[in-house]
Amino acid sequence: MEKFEKLSGIAAPMPLINIDTDMIIPKQFLKTIKRSGLGVNLFDEMRYDDDGNEIPDFVLNKPQYRETQILIAGDNFGCGSSREHAPWAIKDFGIRCVIAPSFADIFYNNCFKNGILPIALPQEQVDILMKEAEKGANARVEIDLEAQTVSTSDGEVFSFEVDAFKKHCLLEGLDDIGLTMEKAASIDAFEAKASQARPWV
Amino acid sequence: MSPKTLYDKIWDAHVAHEAEDGTCLLYIDRHLVHEVTSPQAFEGLRMSNRTVRAPDKTIAVPDHNVPTTLDRANAATMTEDSRIQVEALDKNAADFGIHYYPVSDVRQGIVHIVGPEQGWTLPGMTVVCGDSHTATHGAFGALAHGIGTSEVEHVLATQTLIQRKGKNMKVEITGKLRPGVTAKDITLSVIGVTGTAGGTGYVIEYCGEAIRDLSMEGRMTVCNMAIEGGARAGLIAPDEKTFEYCMGRPHAPKGAQWEAALAWWKTLYSDPDAHWDKVVTLKGEDIAPVVTWGTSPEDVLPITANVPSASDFAGGKVDAAQRSLDYMGLTPGTPLSEVEIDTVFIGSCTNGRIEDLRAAAEILKGKKVKEGLRAMIVPGSGLVRAQAEEEGLADIFKEAGFEWRLAGCSMCLAMNPDQLSPGERCAATSNRNFEGRQGRGGRTHLMSPAMAAAAAVTGKLTDVREMM
Ligand code: SF4
Repeated sequence: MEKFEKLSGIAAPMPLINIDTDMIIPKQFLKTIKRSGLGVNLFDEMRYDDDGNEIPDFVLNKPQYRETQILIAGDNFGCGSSREHAPWAIKDFGIRCVIAPSFADIFYNNCFKNGILPIALPQEQVDILMKEAEKGANARVEIDLEAQTVSTSDGEVFSFEVDAFKKHCLLEGLDDIGLTMEKAASIDAFEAKASQARPWV
Repeated sequence: MSPKTLYDKIWDAHVAHEAEDGTCLLYIDRHLVHEVTSPQAFEGLRMSNRTVRAPDKTIAVPDHNVPTTLDRANAATMTEDSRIQVEALDKNAADFGIHYYPVSDVRQGIVHIVGPEQGWTLPGMTVVCGDSHTATHGAFGALAHGIGTSEVEHVLATQTLIQRKGKNMKVEITGKLRPGVTAKDITLSVIGVTGTAGGTGYVIEYCGEAIRDLSMEGRMTVCNMAIEGGARAGLIAPDEKTFEYCMGRPHAPKGAQWEAALAWWKTLYSDPDAHWDKVVTLKGEDIAPVVTWGTSPEDVLPITANVPSASDFAGGKVDAAQRSLDYMGLTPGTPLSEVEIDTVFIGSCTNGRIEDLRAAAEILKGKKVKEGLRAMIVPGSGLVRAQAEEEGLADIFKEAGFEWRLAGCSMCLAMNPDQLSPGERCAATSNRNFEGRQGRGGRTHLMSPAMAAAAAVTGKLTDVREMM
């Protein structure tokens, strides 16, 4: 997995609550058997019209946001399905960080598996970042995972919470499966015990 | 010992490893797999030369992509990319030696219907699937939740999941339901109260008299939509109804093992003094038949209400409600019961079980679908379909003018040929009314099977109580 340490980039404002996984990547794009290539279909139904032409008003279609690396959004971002195609599409577009007042659980979790950092901040701070993001390419937002901070170009600094284990894996770009396999002895022992206690499983 | 919730008990019985910071490896008893969220996981295994750790605990079935028309055996009915996904699952199941129900098998169906039906889902288990509606299996008192594809690969390789324990939330539905009110109305009403993020970080246990009174099918409907309330898992403590449902299922224990299992299952309830981080209580009598009006499952109102206006809301919901109303093409103040529909879809893992079909048939008996309306019933599995035919329900549907389909996810998510056209309005028994969920520009109103059947007859959103 790609490491995440520091990021300084353009942030795009999406001041909508409940941005769901069907908006992020509509189901017709789930038919791939690959993880890559979904970026062009990120937010597909908001981004393109029925004929496949870009809708100029949509934020990621605006010239100043084409290189967006950070998304600022409303409450409950990523609600809906478990599809990992949502973080795959976000990552493939080039976005490495999403900041919102809150996230849906499964989406939040999926981000970390793909080198994306989801940051939950209080609404007032997200509001400030939203304003900042509206300045477009003139305002770069900086994220420092080690220090757990988000900084605006005006020098405002917000700190955020992140699970220590998830932070460690992201900083080091660690593969979960490899880490778990190191604990194979514990799993073996558990399995032996459980098959005694609950042989019907 | 300190008192525990049902969630605490199942959790404690499955922790294979706990790190100092509280991160756990949770052992997984059942891993359900479908064609959409698994190809990249199997590919990952191959690339790193890994195998499936417990193939006997891994069960796969294609459901999301498969056409539900009667001619589906003809491969031409599937688009190329759908066919590739289904064939990938065929191959992965064979290569890795996991249990498999191919499209041609009568037991094939929606993964969350097949699991319980075949006795794979049992009380006290941990169940995962690369699908957010895995919460369904919680109806058995199993800790069941959706996972992403990376986690699917993790479970395939290690039979565990890296997890931190969630918080406990109790949702109690007291008293009795009124006539015409169903499990679907309960679960939608709960989301109407908690909002779609109200359960985030929690595991919900549903309890109370109205929940106990539900059949297993109804309980699955309730737990199915726990995720729409933000909770990764919903639980209902197992009881006699649960045991009776499980007994004799193909993969349920038999003989002495059944007795041993039963003895443990009977300890699976929340202790009276257990701690709850959040409690929500609804009176069963207060719940009405409901429909959704917007594009979030929390946009729910009794069928007797009017379309709201954006100004009825506060905060970020004002803009969201306006966007919903525009998308749904609804005018504030219009009685919901005057909203005309074009399509009726009865099916999905929320409401595609036999009881749901019986409820729809009850309303449709001797009636006709309103002229010009497209109406389809898609049973949740081949076995549900067979039973409905045996009980004569299929004849009622066909006589009423419904299409009687083969099993699959169908119009729940429009990954297969069953889709809404832009602007088309659908009365649906599925679980998501998101923008574009049933097809680009399609408009979805969620409701119970009986309500959807009533809507099919009148061509409008309808209070089912007027037809009872
Ligand atoms: S029926 Fe719908 S919600 Fe259920 S598994 Fe299929 S697509 Fe998902």
